[in-house]
Amino acid sequence: MADTKSPAGRERPLSPHLQIYKPTLTMMMSIAHRITGAALYFGTLLLVWWLIAAAAGPNAYGAVQWFMETLVGRLVLFGYTWALIHHGLGGIRHLIWDAGYGYGPTEREWLTVATLIGSVGLTIILWFVGYLMMGGIR
Amino acid sequence: MSEHEPSSIRTPLSRVRYLGAARAGTKHFWHQRLTSVALISLTIGFVVLLLSLLGRNHAAVVQILGSSPVAVGMLLFVTVSVYHMWLGMQVIIEDYVHEELTKFAVLMCNTFFSCAVGLAGVFAILKLSFGL
Repeated sequence: MADTKSPAGRERPLSPHLQIYKPTLTMMMSIAHRITGAALYFGTLLLVWWLIAAAAGPNAYGAVQWFMETLVGRLVLFGYTWALIHHGLGGIRHLIWDAGYGYGPTEREWLTVATLIGSVGLTIILWFVGYLMMGGIR
Repeated sequence: MSEHEPSSIRTPLSRVRYLGAARAGTKHFWHQRLTSVALISLTIGFVVLLLSLLGRNHAAVVQILGSSPVAVGMLLFVTVSVYHMWLGMQVIIEDYVHEELTKFAVLMCNTFFSCAVGLAGVFAILKLSFGL
């Protein structure tokens, strides 16, 4: 709680927070999971803009296509792809942990590294496939 | 009254319901997991759909998005995603916003935003599908 003063005005001890601990990979990936989740929250605006534009007609859809072709649009879309895959793989890792598996000292580190390598690798592969389907890099 | 919790002030009915002081039990946690499991396959389907739509013109995209199986899949993806993100953002807000009035205001904004985004997405998919 933010309010640490008791009614008598005496300071109450707070439970230790992030800055107390030495950063570990599992901790950083837990934070990354939350950040990518929050990013995807606002990323749904992109998804809905695309759907509404498709429903509205060729002109509105052309505007979305134009934006996605720009450098900013591609960066946003690339970030969205990575956040989606990273949050998805991180979610699967958390489901494994929820089920009670993968808590060993090497297992948990291995799972965490696999999430990171998997999300970056899959994002690059997806964009490579995407560019191939668009007929190569223009 | 109870052999297990002799000092508990809970009523027997409250213990049977097992919903705790917030009257909600583990529903929030469980729905977060339920939607996350559903979203694994829905997200894979969404990514495959996006790849198949790359470079197509508006007419072709409308034709594909409006077809029944794709529309139903997209409806599931949008509604389950929005419910999942509504639950998730609620946890983030409860973790970081401690001032009561601000917290309730931000929680309300979370609900308004999620409902608006979800309904807009559903409306667009239905319009695409019924407009064909």
